[in-house]
Amino acid sequence: MVAFNQIDTHPIIELKGITKVYGAGQAAMHALRGIDLIINEGEFLAVMGPSGSSKSTCMNILGCLDTPTSGSYKFKGIEVGRLDHKQRTRLRRFYFGFVFQGYNLLKRTSALENVELPLIYRGITANIRRARALQALEAVGLKGWESHMPGELSGGQQQRVAIARAIVTDPSVLFADEPTGNLDTARSHEIMDLLTRLNRDRGITIVMVTHEPDMAMYAKRTVHFLDGRVESDNQNGRIL
Amino acid sequence: MLLNTIILALRELKRNVMRSVLTILGIVIGVGAVITMVTIGGGATAQVKEQIASMGSNLLMVTPGKRFGPGQSSSVPLFKLDDGEAIAREVSSIAAVAPVSSQSIKAIFGNQNWTTQVTGSSNQYFRVTNRTIRTGRLFSDTELRSGAAVCIVGETVRKKLFGGQECLGLNIRLEKLSCQVIGVLEAKGQSTMGMDQDDIVVIPLRTFQRRISGNQDVAMFQVSVQQGASTEKAQQDIRLLMRERRHLSPSDDDNFNVMDMKEIANMLTGTTRLLTALLSAVAAVSLLVGGIGIMNIMLVSVTERTREIGIRLAIGAFEHEVLFQFLVEAVVLSSFGGLIGIVLALSASVWLASTLRVPFVFNGGIVIVAFLFSAAVGVIFGYFPAMKAARLDPIEALRHE
Repeated sequence: MVAFNQIDTHPIIELKGITKVYGAGQAAMHALRGIDLIINEGEFLAVMGPSGSSKSTCMNILGCLDTPTSGSYKFKGIEVGRLDHKQRTRLRRFYFGFVFQGYNLLKRTSALENVELPLIYRGITANIRRARALQALEAVGLKGWESHMPGELSGGQQQRVAIARAIVTDPSVLFADEPTGNLDTARSHEIMDLLTRLNRDRGITIVMVTHEPDMAMYAKRTVHFLDGRVESDNQNGRIL
Repeated sequence: MLLNTIILALRELKRNVMRSVLTILGIVIGVGAVITMVTIGGGATAQVKEQIASMGSNLLMVTPGKRFGPGQSSSVPLFKLDDGEAIAREVSSIAAVAPVSSQSIKAIFGNQNWTTQVTGSSNQYFRVTNRTIRTGRLFSDTELRSGAAVCIVGETVRKKLFGGQECLGLNIRLEKLSCQVIGVLEAKGQSTMGMDQDDIVVIPLRTFQRRISGNQDVAMFQVSVQQGASTEKAQQDIRLLMRERRHLSPSDDDNFNVMDMKEIANMLTGTTRLLTALLSAVAAVSLLVGGIGIMNIMLVSVTERTREIGIRLAIGAFEHEVLFQFLVEAVVLSSFGGLIGIVLALSASVWLASTLRVPFVFNGGIVIVAFLFSAAVGVIFGYFPAMKAARLDPIEALRHE
């Protein structure tokens, strides 16, 4: 399994010398000081590091929610830096899925409608939209909870709805920013099992930011950030 | 895309019923006020017109006296009956000429008395002023010629003097004159100026001259012009005729007036229209305030929904889609408010019209205008908040608590 992945790999994400500077002049804050990183298709990558090590900033750049100050970011060989605002939005819409620490579901909106949301923006017709949303909810083990509002669901269930929303579009890459940050241990392991399964069965590339070593263990590869640089890059348990 | 955005917007409004209701309240009141004002104003104008028409269409009033200038001399000659006969004879396109002299007199029957307007005239009077006899009869030629002691009374006078009693053939006393009631007029109600048109007693002109005024003068002539004929032309003809009969040289001013009821009518409807316009303007201000209310709530809603907007943008919504969603929400809200306002306004107008005794005149134009305006309010006042929402940075928006 591992061997198979290593042989047949294409880089889906290539970062070269990515920097991010907030502010200018004396007050300039260097969040990223030159990140080089290659992520292959089908990988499950955990990004670790102490708070303030700019792992979320890097994630936002990867997810096209933010732009780097300098450096090159290629997604599937396309130079993202050359894309305009609208094209970057289109990337998010068609290739990326997002899971956040705080779930970020729409309030007073049923689980089903939350999961349908990205499909609405894709312009998919109501029937297909509903069918696919139901499928996604089933895949995360929430069959029968479709009509519940986020407030009526537990934290673990809400995060599952968020995952269903992220995978309903069959994204190439799933970005998860501290997906277990708000959950207890048992719930966290359930979520990680779910992510592992999605990675294994559907081949979705997963990039996950976490500061819990337990959770990072689920990933096949762990990248450690420190002060805006990649400090270490461990794959399959051995240091590269 | 359009349909999807509308679905999203409608879902959002349904989720926040309370907020939606509060938002549209201003628009409801604004639209309601404008339509009510215009409808009631239109009804009042129509009523004024109708009343003037009922006073006698194409009516001219010929009165002695100078129209302008100081020092109106008392030596202006009054009219005589033959002036009226001359008008009827000489001026074509005249339908009827009625000599009118009147005086306020206390009418007495039994132990009842009532001060009313006693008018001396001919049968033409009823034609000119659009009055009809409800019971009884008109004056006979003999009565008119001989100045008989007979009278025709208005509904108010009948009620005050006789109550429920049958009055035909009974005698009432007008000062020293005791006269027999031969007819009762159909009720006409209040005039535009608020006068009771049924508070009247009509006697033959000759009777009036002999027994009440004691002279041969006629205070004025009321002339009705034939239907379809030009009142301006008739007015001019009467003027020339009277100048000739009064031997005025070309340099002299008229010492009489020929007034057109249309002039009075236009003046009165003009006043009502002006009043309607004023009230509508005030109502329009409230509509504007309603629009600002929408903008307020939409702005609050943008702040409150910052995180939601962040989610939408992160998921892959285009800026213009978020903009459009907020715009649609604003427009749907305001047009819905407009619709409610229209319904409320129409029911309020029907009720007000019946309370104020004004005819209900449905004005489709203002309803459409008010609706379009309320939708436009949504676009205009929804745009700024929508723009603000669309311009949010998704990362910042997601971090927003």
